[in-house]
Amino acid sequence: MENQTALEVHNLTASYQRKPVLWEIDFKVPSGHLIGILGPNGSGKTTLLRNIMNLMEADSGYVKIFGKDLDEVRSRLSYVPQRESVDWNFPASVREVVEMGRYRPGNLLRRLKSSDKQKVKAALEKVGMLAYADRQISELSGGQQQRVFIARSLAQEADIYLMDEPFVGVDAATEEAILSLLSGLRDEGKTVLIVHHDLQSAYQYFDWMILLNTRLIAAGPKEEVFNSTYLREAYGGKLNLLSKLGEIIAREQFPLREPDFKEKEGSGDE
Amino acid sequence: MEAIFIIATGALVAMTCALLGSFLLLRKMAMLGDAISHAVLPGIVLAFMISGSRDNFSMLIGASLAGLLVTLLIELLHKKIHLQEDASIGISFTWLFAIGVILISAYTEQVDLDQDCVLYGEIAYVPFDLIYFSGGELFFPRATIISGLLFLLTLGFVLVAYKGLKITSFNSDYAKSLGISTLAWHLVFMSMVSITTVLSFEIVGAILIVALLVVPPATAYLLTKRLKQMLLLALIFALLSAIGGYYLAVLLDASIAGAMVSLAGFFFLLALIFSRLRSRSLKVDAYLNE
Repeated sequence: MENQTALEVHNLTASYQRKPVLWEIDFKVPSGHLIGILGPNGSGKTTLLRNIMNLMEADSGYVKIFGKDLDEVRSRLSYVPQRESVDWNFPASVREVVEMGRYRPGNLLRRLKSSDKQKVKAALEKVGMLAYADRQISELSGGQQQRVFIARSLAQEADIYLMDEPFVGVDAATEEAILSLLSGLRDEGKTVLIVHHDLQSAYQYFDWMILLNTRLIAAGPKEEVFNSTYLREAYGGKLNLLSKLGEIIAREQFPLREPDFKEKEGSGDE
Repeated sequence: MEAIFIIATGALVAMTCALLGSFLLLRKMAMLGDAISHAVLPGIVLAFMISGSRDNFSMLIGASLAGLLVTLLIELLHKKIHLQEDASIGISFTWLFAIGVILISAYTEQVDLDQDCVLYGEIAYVPFDLIYFSGGELFFPRATIISGLLFLLTLGFVLVAYKGLKITSFNSDYAKSLGISTLAWHLVFMSMVSITTVLSFEIVGAILIVALLVVPPATAYLLTKRLKQMLLLALIFALLSAIGGYYLAVLLDASIAGAMVSLAGFFFLLALIFSRLRSRSLKVDAYLNE
C-alpha cells in the first residue's frame, strides 16, 4: 500500500479567462501520506484540486487516480470544498448535510439505506458533532461548519481525501481535532491532500508537500521540499514573507508545536 | 361554483409555483423565474405561427424550448463569456421577450392572441372554458384540470427528486464531485419551471407568475430553517393567497390575480415583522442568560 501511487498529474495546464493559473504541473503522490499543497495566494492551489476533481476543464494534461480515470474510481475520492463556498443559511440540518456524503448518482431518487444512516452517524461521532445532528447549519460556528464538511467527507469512505483550506476560520481546538483525525486517516493508509496557506504550521502538519506557484516548484517528502531555495522560489516577490523566511526555516530545525494558534481569517486563492 | 373553480385554479397554480420557486430561491435564481416567464413569449408565438392553432400542446413545446434556450443562453454568457450573472439574465430574457413582442405585433395582429392576456392573464375567464365528462353530467374548467395535473406532476417531481434538488442547490461542486450531473439536474428543473410558466400564462399572466414563484417561498424562508417546513409553509401561503385574494378581488371589484399577489406580499410583510420580532426576542433571551 505504502508505495502505490495514489494520484498522478501529468502536464496539467489550466487557466481562467485565458490567464494561466497552473502551468505544466507534473507530479506523483504515493498513498498513505498527509500531504500539504502550499503556495502563495493565487498560486493555483484550489485550481489544482478542482482539476483533479474534474470541476473545471484543463487546457491540457491529465490526471490519473490509482492509475485510472476519475470516473472509474470516483467512489474512492472525496472532495471537501472551501467552507465559504456554500451558503450556510441554506435550510438544512447537520445530519442532512452529512447524509449527502452517501448520495450517489444511482441512489438519488431512492431513500438512504439504514447502513448509510449508520455511516452518517459514525462520521458525526468521529468529528464530535453527533450531539448537534439535528441543529440547523445556520446556527453553527465556523469550526463546527468545518467539522460538518469533514464528517460529510468521512461518510463517503474514500481512499483519497482532497480538502480545500480546512483550517481557515477554525478555532484552535477544532484545528487540533481535525488534524488528529486526518493523521488517523493517514495511519489507516488513506491519502489526504490539503490546500493550506499557513507556512508556519505546514512543517508540523504534513509529511509530504507540494509547493506551487502556477508552476510546480517541488513535490516530495517535506524534508526535501521545505527548504529556503524552494520556498524563496515559490514566495519570491512577497517581501514581508521573505523576511520571515529565515525565522520559519530556523524553526524547521525545532518543529515544536506552537500553542498560540489564532482564529484565522481570510480566504484561499482563486 | 364559479368561485370554487377560480379559487381552485389559482391555488393550484400558486402552489405549483411555491414548490418550484422555493428551489429557485435556494439556488439563488429567483430572477431566473422572471427571465423564463418572459423569454417563453417568442416560443409561444412561434409555436402558434407554425402550428396555426392555439392548442396547449404546441405552445407548451414552444415555450419549454424557449425557456431552455434562455437558461442555456444565461449559462453561456455567465460561464463562458464571464459576464456577471445578473447582466447575463438581463440581456438574455429582455432580448427574447422583445423578439416575442415584435412577432406578436407584426404577425399575429389579426388573430386572437391578446398581449394583455399573455402579460396579465385573466383568471376570471377560467369557468367559461369547460370540459365535460361522462356524457355531460360532470364538467370542469379546462384550466382547473390543467393546473391540477401540473400541480400533481410538480409535487411528484419534488418528492422523487428531493435529494437531488437539495444537494445540487446546496453545494453543486460537491454534487459534481460525487459524479452527479448537475447540468442535467439544472436543465430538468428549469424545464419544469418553463412548463409551469407557460401553463400558468392564461391564468395569472407572465408578470404575476414571477411574484408567485418568489413571494410565498421567500415568506416561508423567513420563518423556518428546515427545507421540508419551508416547502410546506410556501404551499400554505400560496393557498391562503389564492383563497383570500379571490374574496379580496370580489370585495374591491378588482383583478383577481392582482389581489392574490398583493395578499402574498402582505403575508411576506407579516412574516418579516414576525421574524424580526423573534430574532430580537432571541437576542434579549441570550442577553438575559449571560
